Amino acid sequence: MEETGIGIWGVPLAILAGAIRVSTPFIFVSLGETITERSGRINLGLEGTLVFGAMTAYAVAVMTNSPWLGVLAAMATGAVFGLVHGWICKWPKVNDIAIGIAMMQFGLGLAFFLGKSFIQPAAPHLPAIPLGFWSSMPQIQAALNINALFILGAALAFVLWWAFRNTRVGLILRVVGDSTDAARAMGIDPDRVRLLATAVGGSLAAVGGAYLSLYYPGSWNEGISSGQGLMAVALVIFARWNPIGCFLAALLFGGAGALGPALQSVGVTQGYYLFYAAPYMLTLIIMIATSSPTRSLAGAPGALSLTK
Amino acid sequence: MTVQANDPAISVVSEKPASLRPILEWMARRAEPIAIGLAAILIGLALFSLFILAIGKSPAVLFQLMYTGGFGSWFSMQNSLSRAAPLLLTALCVALPARLGLVIIGGEGAVVLGGVAAAAMAMPLAGFAPVFPTLILMGLAAMVIGGIWIGLAGFLRHYRGVNETISSLLLSYIAIALMNQFVEGPLRDPASLNKPSTRPLPADYMLGNIPGMDVHWGLLIGIIACILSWVLIEVTSFGFAARIAGGNVRAAQIQGLPVGKLIAGFTAIAGSFAGLAGMIEVAAVQGSANASLAAGYGYTGILVAFLARHNPLAIIPVAILLGGIDASGGLIQRRMGLPDATVLVLQGTLFIVILFCETFYGRFRIFNPDLWKRSL
Repeated sequence: MEETGIGIWGVPLAILAGAIRVSTPFIFVSLGETITERSGRINLGLEGTLVFGAMTAYAVAVMTNSPWLGVLAAMATGAVFGLVHGWICKWPKVNDIAIGIAMMQFGLGLAFFLGKSFIQPAAPHLPAIPLGFWSSMPQIQAALNINALFILGAALAFVLWWAFRNTRVGLILRVVGDSTDAARAMGIDPDRVRLLATAVGGSLAAVGGAYLSLYYPGSWNEGISSGQGLMAVALVIFARWNPIGCFLAALLFGGAGALGPALQSVGVTQGYYLFYAAPYMLTLIIMIATSSPTRSLAGAPGALSLTK
Repeated sequence: MTVQANDPAISVVSEKPASLRPILEWMARRAEPIAIGLAAILIGLALFSLFILAIGKSPAVLFQLMYTGGFGSWFSMQNSLSRAAPLLLTALCVALPARLGLVIIGGEGAVVLGGVAAAAMAMPLAGFAPVFPTLILMGLAAMVIGGIWIGLAGFLRHYRGVNETISSLLLSYIAIALMNQFVEGPLRDPASLNKPSTRPLPADYMLGNIPGMDVHWGLLIGIIACILSWVLIEVTSFGFAARIAGGNVRAAQIQGLPVGKLIAGFTAIAGSFAGLAGMIEVAAVQGSANASLAAGYGYTGILVAFLARHNPLAIIPVAILLGGIDASGGLIQRRMGLPDATVLVLQGTLFIVILFCETFYGRFRIFNPDLWKRSL
């Protein structure tokens, strides 16, 4: 398979393929966080949830030999993490940002603790759908070998976008997020809505983790996530709490993450480590460009502590 | 007013215990954080014990080992103190901005870059320049870089409205990538094969031990930094202004306080302490800058700062306590066959419970002298 002749075109193709491969965890974490933040709460602990979800999914997949059971188990643990976060944060004077950092540390610690014995065995991978079958070029085939979870995530983005606007649950979520008092006046219990929203957010973040350990990079180790869970929180702000925006932003981030390896594959090795910083730089630049010191962000839920 | 002066109930309360009451009030207010903090630690330890029981090990043995490994002998005590040194400085990196109401979690980035800056500063000097000025220059370089790094998060917060928690964390990932680039590229010692490092510092340029102890000078530097920070916050007008701005930004602005400069200044000072922690890691522990700089001191510092309720003096005992827990990790691993992440689980549990217990502040009448009249 030497030089099949797409040469420099390999770079954008590799970035596209990388974007699709790398973006899936971002899609799930950011969609989960969108649900949580739309209810007026922020969960910075999703990094811990993601890693714990990755560990759970891997362990369950090793034991049951079914990757999909692994994903389900990860969702369950993610929901538990979300419930704990949500329950603690409903108390007065508890700082939800600090609790998020604490939950992150706890989740990482617990995942490393319980996952120690799963570093060696190999788990069955999630299936990929070969959408590149029409092409004879192996690069294109590899690039379009798309995992089922990516497609599910993309679909979920559109469903959520529709549901926020058109369903009763979506309306309740938005009311609670915009004004606790208005929600109470409508007879809605804001604490319960936020608790459930945090649990759903956690379970989606754990799916992102399951993708990491069961598909790409496809193994469990302690360095499996390098801040994807937290970057997804920044991504939600960038996407203005819009699920479709989250999906597109996740693709952009994935592409930025794939830049370094793609350039390396065509022989550009200068500043290789700096390319690792590309997604973080991109996030920071976007946050600087879109934030404002004088007004809260357009589209921000009114009860959210982060943007005040 | 005249009516109240004749009211016997009022005059009894205000006259009779006149000498004792202020002392009791002072003690009650001081006792609240200590009592709630201790209770939180006990609850955290109890939850952690349940976890250890659930995986079939004995919490009693574990706590015994933790004590032995952290504080049981002069040898282990010195080990704990050495590990506390960077924590003192990284905790200040969280505690100082917290007085302004900012949650900075990216101290790790300032540690890493501080270490690289110190190593880069040492490279042309070590060998012929006098030792003491070289160390001073290394420290200054680390502090400047660390200060810029975290100060940037503060600056962006005030002047651009960028959330400082997320920006500081992103900056810390960027810092780690920068460190890798420097250590693998321009600053790499060709002799370091498996573990890329900068050129090692000659032995006589290392920051030595405090006389009579097997603990490096970093401990003393950290303690001095904590005391200076306490003075800065509690005594100087700069710190007073910062506390006002932390309590109510709008009130501070109406008073004409330079809130932006306060925020940028406090975050820069905080970052320079974290940068100094990186210099100490290089000059007292590692001997060169390499990937071990990202050992998580920045993250443990967050826990220390929150445990100490952002009080620089309280940071000193808390950092030593957590240094001890860290130091005992190896012993627990060897004797009980538990993974090294055990310490992380304990830290996470403690952290969550302590933050949760914030909700109990002001709820107990005994700690609140303003409510005494009604109960007594």
